[in-house]
Amino acid sequence: MSTPPALRIAYREVVLYRTIWRENVIGAFVQPFLYLLGVGIGVGSLIEGRSQADEILGGASYFAFYATALLATTAMFNAGQEALWSTMEGFKWSNVYKAMMAAPLEPRDLATAFVFRFGGRTLVTAVGVATVLALFEETRSWGLIGGVGAAVLCGLAFALPISAWTASRETTNGFPAVMRFVFMPMFLFGGAFYPVSQLPRPLEIVAWFTPLWHAIELSRGLVLGGVDPWRLLAHVAVLALFAGGGWLLCVRVFARELRT
Amino acid sequence: MGEVDEEPVIRAAGLRKQFGDLMAVDGIEFEVRPGEAFGFLGPNGAGKTSTMRMIGCVSTPSGGELGIFGLDPRRNGRSIRARMGVVPQLDQLDQELTVLDNLIIYARYFDIGRAESRRRAAELLSFVQLEEKAGSKVDPLSGGQKRRVSIARSLISDPELLILDEPTTGLDPQARHVLWDRLYQLKEQGRTLVLTTHYMDEAEQLCDRLVVMDGGRIVAEGSPAGLIATHATREVLELRFGHGRNAERLAEVAPYGDRVEALPDRLLVYADDGEAVLTALREAEINPESALVRRSSLEDVFLRLTGRTLVD
Repeated sequence: MSTPPALRIAYREVVLYRTIWRENVIGAFVQPFLYLLGVGIGVGSLIEGRSQADEILGGASYFAFYATALLATTAMFNAGQEALWSTMEGFKWSNVYKAMMAAPLEPRDLATAFVFRFGGRTLVTAVGVATVLALFEETRSWGLIGGVGAAVLCGLAFALPISAWTASRETTNGFPAVMRFVFMPMFLFGGAFYPVSQLPRPLEIVAWFTPLWHAIELSRGLVLGGVDPWRLLAHVAVLALFAGGGWLLCVRVFARELRT
Repeated sequence: MGEVDEEPVIRAAGLRKQFGDLMAVDGIEFEVRPGEAFGFLGPNGAGKTSTMRMIGCVSTPSGGELGIFGLDPRRNGRSIRARMGVVPQLDQLDQELTVLDNLIIYARYFDIGRAESRRRAAELLSFVQLEEKAGSKVDPLSGGQKRRVSIARSLISDPELLILDEPTTGLDPQARHVLWDRLYQLKEQGRTLVLTTHYMDEAEQLCDRLVVMDGGRIVAEGSPAGLIATHATREVLELRFGHGRNAERLAEVAPYGDRVEALPDRLLVYADDGEAVLTALREAEINPESALVRRSSLEDVFLRLTGRTLVD
């Protein structure tokens, strides 16, 4: 029985991950914890009890509202950053992906290996965030398991398109722009801190087209409940579209970069 | 030539590679026989690396025919690469991993089991004399050591065919000799070696047969000794008359050799007996600042064929 080529590549990621998993796991706990203390509890105490706020948040506490978004935002930041730097490393700095292509592997296998790689990495951080959320009564729910799945899908929806873009770059010059114009606006306006219905209408419409908004709505809906299943399924579909489209882009760009 | 009947490992005919307007490889034809060490000799930009990449099935030919193990690289890239080892021009090692992990992970790409990977990795590290570096990261290794790791890695799948792109470029003389010794052993094991180089001595030491490439074409083919015999004399007398004064002495010197070639820094007089020519020159009171007799090399062949030196 031969091992599927993508898994042979993923094995390398496992070996690499063994050297850095500690920092990764600690980060997965500490970061959301800090956000929860800073924003969830701090801003929450300012808002809670105001009748208008309760209504806008759909009955959830601000803490729970914000905490559930962390599953998605942490996935976006971790997988997105990883997709920038390590993709650049593999394609342009160490050329390890070129070396792989001398073995019986194809660019398509590498693209599929990226699914395992980013899926796996996001899974670890998402379990970290979910564990933190499980510590608090307001967010303790079986829905967290689904929330972890939503986070993984969110990670892929970002990491795969970004990897394809990074593989086509020669330098990291564009990376700060991705931070400023992709991650930060989505983080601030994607419904993590308040429902996007609070935004001016045009901005709200823009938010509907961002993967982060769908991931936040999905993980929030799964953990806190009370959302129409069809709506959740629609969010899954949109995220899958981003991830699937990203995979296709990876296949194309990787082939262009690694085969001439 | 008993091996002529055997199916060639590589066969190319009219092989071309085009990048936009640039014809990097312009219709070349060659055959590599099993167990032979075959070289592509030429300056930078001659099309050697493009040819190697096509043989390595990572670059699709723009035209012509190419068969490796009798298979078509356009359709059977995976199965061809499974039987081939590649040492790239620049080391493409995993810097963050140890030497041993580099080999084991590469073995996984070929779907070699874990225990077998470990066994082969240990064996190959001993072959390239790096056992004591197994646990070291790649980054701190010297250039020669990294190249040896690359060679060990390329052998992890026990390939029938090993292709090496400029295996000793950038290495110091000692490291080159260690590497040549290892490559010579691989040849003795019966593996087919295909290498590119712009070093004459490397081609002469390692290659049974080679082609000289220039501007994407093959300009000569043969064994190193055969090429020298065909395109150069047995010896070369190098004369230096001082900077800028070499060309003006050409006419004077020309009658004494089979052929004389003027380079900016010296005159090359081709003759079967260099000492005799030098004596004759001295008798005619033609006294260069320095004179040196040496055996002809592939460098002279290249100069003869292209009118240029190999390493600028």
